Amino acid sequence: MNLDFSPEQQRMREAARRFLAERCPPAAVRKVLEGEGRYDRELWRELAELGYLGIAIPEEFGGSGGGYLELCVIAEELGRVLAPVPVSSSVYLATEFLKIGGSPAQQAAYLPKLASGASIGTFAMAEEAGESVAGSIHAQVAAGRLTGTKTPVPDGDTADFAIIAAGSANAPGPSLYLVDLRGAGVERRPLATIDPSRSYAELTFSGTPVEPLALGENGERVLARVLDGAAVLMAFEQLGGADFALEAACAYAKDRWAFGRPIGSNQAIKHMLADMYVSATLARSNCYYGAWALSTAADALGEAAASARISATQAFQHCARNNIQVHGGSGFTWAVDCHLYYRRSNLLALALGGLARWEDRLIDTLRRQRAATEL
Amino acid sequence: MDFEDSPAEAEFRAVARRWLDANAPKEFEAALRQAGFGELNLDGIDVLTASKSWQRRKAAAGWACPHWPREYGGRGLTPIQQVIWQQEEGMYARLATPFIVGHGMCGPTMMTHAREEERRRYLPPLASGEEIWCQLFSEPGAGSDLAGISTRASADADGWIVNGQKVWTSFAHLSDFGLLLARTDPSVPKHRGLTMFYVDMHSPGVEVRPIKQANGQSGFNEVFFSDVRIADRQRLGGVGEGWHVALTTLMNERLAIGSGMTTGFEAIFNWCCSLARSGAPVFDDRAVRTRLATWAARSSGLKYTASRAITALSRGTTPGPENSIGKLVAGSTMQEIAEFALGLAGPLGVVSDPRSAVDGGRFQAMLLRAPATRLEGGTDEILRNIISERVLGLPPDIRVDKDIPFNRIPSRSN
Repeated sequence: MNLDFSPEQQRMREAARRFLAERCPPAAVRKVLEGEGRYDRELWRELAELGYLGIAIPEEFGGSGGGYLELCVIAEELGRVLAPVPVSSSVYLATEFLKIGGSPAQQAAYLPKLASGASIGTFAMAEEAGESVAGSIHAQVAAGRLTGTKTPVPDGDTADFAIIAAGSANAPGPSLYLVDLRGAGVERRPLATIDPSRSYAELTFSGTPVEPLALGENGERVLARVLDGAAVLMAFEQLGGADFALEAACAYAKDRWAFGRPIGSNQAIKHMLADMYVSATLARSNCYYGAWALSTAADALGEAAASARISATQAFQHCARNNIQVHGGSGFTWAVDCHLYYRRSNLLALALGGLARWEDRLIDTLRRQRAATEL
Repeated sequence: MDFEDSPAEAEFRAVARRWLDANAPKEFEAALRQAGFGELNLDGIDVLTASKSWQRRKAAAGWACPHWPREYGGRGLTPIQQVIWQQEEGMYARLATPFIVGHGMCGPTMMTHAREEERRRYLPPLASGEEIWCQLFSEPGAGSDLAGISTRASADADGWIVNGQKVWTSFAHLSDFGLLLARTDPSVPKHRGLTMFYVDMHSPGVEVRPIKQANGQSGFNEVFFSDVRIADRQRLGGVGEGWHVALTTLMNERLAIGSGMTTGFEAIFNWCCSLARSGAPVFDDRAVRTRLATWAARSSGLKYTASRAITALSRGTTPGPENSIGKLVAGSTMQEIAEFALGLAGPLGVVSDPRSAVDGGRFQAMLLRAPATRLEGGTDEILRNIISERVLGLPPDIRVDKDIPFNRIPSRSN
């Protein structure tokens, strides 16, 4: 039994934590939050130089040839500091779509640029309110040209290219296409969101040229697999944020005195913090299971990814929300960092589809497993 | 990351499995697998007889308390081997229920605090189930505030005389011996006036009465002490050091890592699957999906929290504090699940008669038992105190009774 990271991976975590503490303090997050750039370009470049962006990309494509476990470690550390960079769009999604669904030519063309940070990719699926399902995708591809509107697209205003889910006349259900966002026929409109430290945009396509990535049933298979993997990675990012918010709340509860005693000696506060610890611990354990399933390509990936995603979403929201409560009035000021975590926890909760999507994924997977064992 | 045994672990697992294959009481397998929150029903066979027989068979082969040293009736297993043994023994461990308190708490306390000749006298029959032990700690006036007990042990020329009452004593009615926490000096602050003893439950003046619980069953007892004589050699630790001894008992709680605590998720999921088959669109309901998915993620979270603790043992290190969340999460989840299941059953949810109730009355029994899980062995509130103080490092509660003599602590009556 080994459900923990290796000593080498732990050392990598320590190095990443030291680097990010120096290079991504709250002030760096605030710069983007307050409108100085749509992401931290310098940090992005340094993350690429350290090999973090290409950590799960094979060496033949310019990656550092690590694996998903290493990427999980990095995701958790980026989540702790709320790194204002397009990591989920470019690394967890675009890179994985190319690795899993791309042709050798597409992989050779795009993966090296993703690994070096020279190119940013994203994934565009949603078009309207509610979870994205086959019936909610109206964007259409005909004769190699895409027409329709995708919104909100994470990092849609800064990405160089996107993987798009769209329908077409020759394949039932949504297929996946690759589109150059720098070319003609793309209109981008930046969107204000609840967390401006990660950028979003509305993308309108009018006869934009696309190339196919994975069509029809193969597209659905690739989409499900990439979203499961991204859910594990996003869960680690959420776990990092949850842990940090819990630590911040504990530190404040020890430091702040009221009624002649530290507020953290009151059971009302202690028990709130204990419950936050419980949420974060359940999330961590599910995340490790998800990391195992992702790194070993286990059949259990769907179940493990959904469990990790659900419990990490709940944990980050729980810890970020109560971190403000423990801080009292000061926690609701712009100057104190609590709101950065609160914003991010609610942004990430919806970024890959909300709880309802992952509840469905978990229940449907468990039902299928059970039906299979009964046969 | 992997879920594989190391070669040495796999070899040990094979040894344990071979022995269990040849020796486990397979005739009880179906009943043990079915067992929920009702009392165990072994088709007319007396449960205690079956329990003692299985424990005796294990003892003869060295599997009774395998993590104990050999000279005290064990097998000298490492912590990770003990976890593997628990995994392999699986449901058959349910037969050892009457021995849980003795094996998990009294035995380790005797091992730490009794003299060598007593360890050799008492531990082997404790391990083999020949003698059953209980723990006489809680009182009507002292539950979460355990150091506030008032059962009095007074010194006289021949030893000690005990008067008072204990409560919630599991298996006292079956027990031959008990670990007794008593007050020997009421004139000093509460933690300093306590002393630990072991007592022969067949002594004159010991009276055991079953408690009828809120769910109608009787798994616990009240124990009354009227001028019960105890020799001074039955004292464990120094006079006035009982709190220190009690802490070792409480910290020696069974290494329940291998088994993990049930939340009831599997039960409600299986039942919902059967409902779906009979045409009721239970999984079409968003609320059902949301609740079940939340409980599924909580249950797997507990399961893999245990896996992380086992990983630490397997690497030869001590597990972190993560496992302290088990009972806290499982108890309230079980209660939520039972309430929700009854709601799904509609008006039939009130019926507990196993012949007519949904799923044989499993959820009704769970509902009525769940409050106890949130209280026994540390209430939810005490567990949250422990997590916040020992894990998160928050300041202790302000205790108004800490430095005043026990007999001057304010109470309703003074």
